[in-house]
Amino acid sequence: MENKLKATEEQIAYAKLLDIGMKIGLLIIIVTFIIYLTGILEPYVLVNNLPLYWKMPVKEYLEATGIPHGWAWLGMVNKGDFLNFIPIAFLAGVTILCYIRIMPILFRNKDTAYGILALLEVLVLVLAASGVLKSGGH
Amino acid sequence: MKMSQRFYKILLFTIILSILVFISAGTFASTDMTTSQGGTAIAPSAHESTSEIQPGQQETSTKSRMPWWGWPLLLFIVTFILGVLAVLGGVGGGVLFVPIIGGFFPFHIDFVRGAGLLVALAGALAAGPGLLKKGLADLRLAMPVALIASACAIIGAMIGLALPSNIVNTALGATILGIVAIMLIAKKSEYPDVKKADNLSTALRISGVYHEASTGQDINWKIHRTPQGLALFIIIGVMAGMFGLGAGWANVPVLNLLMGAPLKVSVATSKFLLSITDTSAAWIYVNNGAVLPMMVVPSIVGIMLGSIVGVKILAKTKPAAVRYIVIAMLLFAGTRALLKGLGIWK
Repeated sequence: MENKLKATEEQIAYAKLLDIGMKIGLLIIIVTFIIYLTGILEPYVLVNNLPLYWKMPVKEYLEATGIPHGWAWLGMVNKGDFLNFIPIAFLAGVTILCYIRIMPILFRNKDTAYGILALLEVLVLVLAASGVLKSGGH
Repeated sequence: MKMSQRFYKILLFTIILSILVFISAGTFASTDMTTSQGGTAIAPSAHESTSEIQPGQQETSTKSRMPWWGWPLLLFIVTFILGVLAVLGGVGGGVLFVPIIGGFFPFHIDFVRGAGLLVALAGALAAGPGLLKKGLADLRLAMPVALIASACAIIGAMIGLALPSNIVNTALGATILGIVAIMLIAKKSEYPDVKKADNLSTALRISGVYHEASTGQDINWKIHRTPQGLALFIIIGVMAGMFGLGAGWANVPVLNLLMGAPLKVSVATSKFLLSITDTSAAWIYVNNGAVLPMMVVPSIVGIMLGSIVGVKILAKTKPAAVRYIVIAMLLFAGTRALLKGLGIWK
């Protein structure tokens, strides 16, 4: 009974990494947003022009601004607005890291079913993150 | 008594402030829409935005009464209020964010859903570690569910971004009104009676014990109807990705009422689950360009600060009235989205 009251080894490992990742991500997002707001790095889309774009459907917005799909933002992180995609991507990637962290624990404990579940989850999230899946737009 | 009076003053102030903010947002939004018709045609190309139009030029502010920074500032204030109300009303921030910001702000629903997902994701990431460490959120319960929901959230996100905005708004409005019905009708069960765990949950060893601090008891729990529950997470995942709502409103009834997990375990696991489901959907929105940092960051910071204040108020008192205020807000925002989608209230 006492053992069951404690969170499992993998659950604690997951929680610890999630905690660190979340804090780092939120801290960086505030710093990059300050850089964006103060204009230390010039944004790709000027802030004065944002009201023109944020009412457009995403497809029109991308066409009007010439912003490419997928991971192309990595080549634009010298722009104040795209710099913010680093912490956004980090926050969206923390869960993948957490799953990778617990996989060896699960397999070591002969918890094969959950090890495979963790592996499948990583594959699903990596597929989503890969940028291979593009929406048709409207 | 004094504490109670103080609380009601804060609550009254919050409600009045939110009404004023919504009225001003609605006024400015309609002004924006009438003054910048054909915004697409006059939109500068990326080349112009980076070279010909210099920073500080008032390209758009002359067409709108609101300066460019007004909307992000208003967004921060509104999301702060939503953060307070979400905690007091027992709902996730995402479910309030999308219909209210989508209905009363000039942002396109594509960007609102992208921001809504990241708001829900940030909230779930912040709450997840504590819930896991305390053993309230259960990783073994979450993992099979998360795999199905996150895979389906990808499909939902892709469908949502491919559909025209009027269809998305109509479906969103109908969904929000459905959520209102669930909130009004669905009962909750603190400790559902699960006589026998089903074969699948037994094979996966989904069960646990958590310590109920209010009674000092250790609660043993197990679940049943696992295949049916997992099947429902296909729909929940698709809807979460399509509307960017988060999905606590659906997760909790399925985990608690259908699968028989105790209420606290269901709520905590649902919150943690969002960090996985919303991750997959968020990536689709990020990779398809439907994320504007100027919307996302004020929203995340606003709703998180609001949640912190909400938790402090919650620790002192929790009037049932707040839940009905949240339901009324959802009813109004859902009706707005539905009528906007149908072209009746533009």
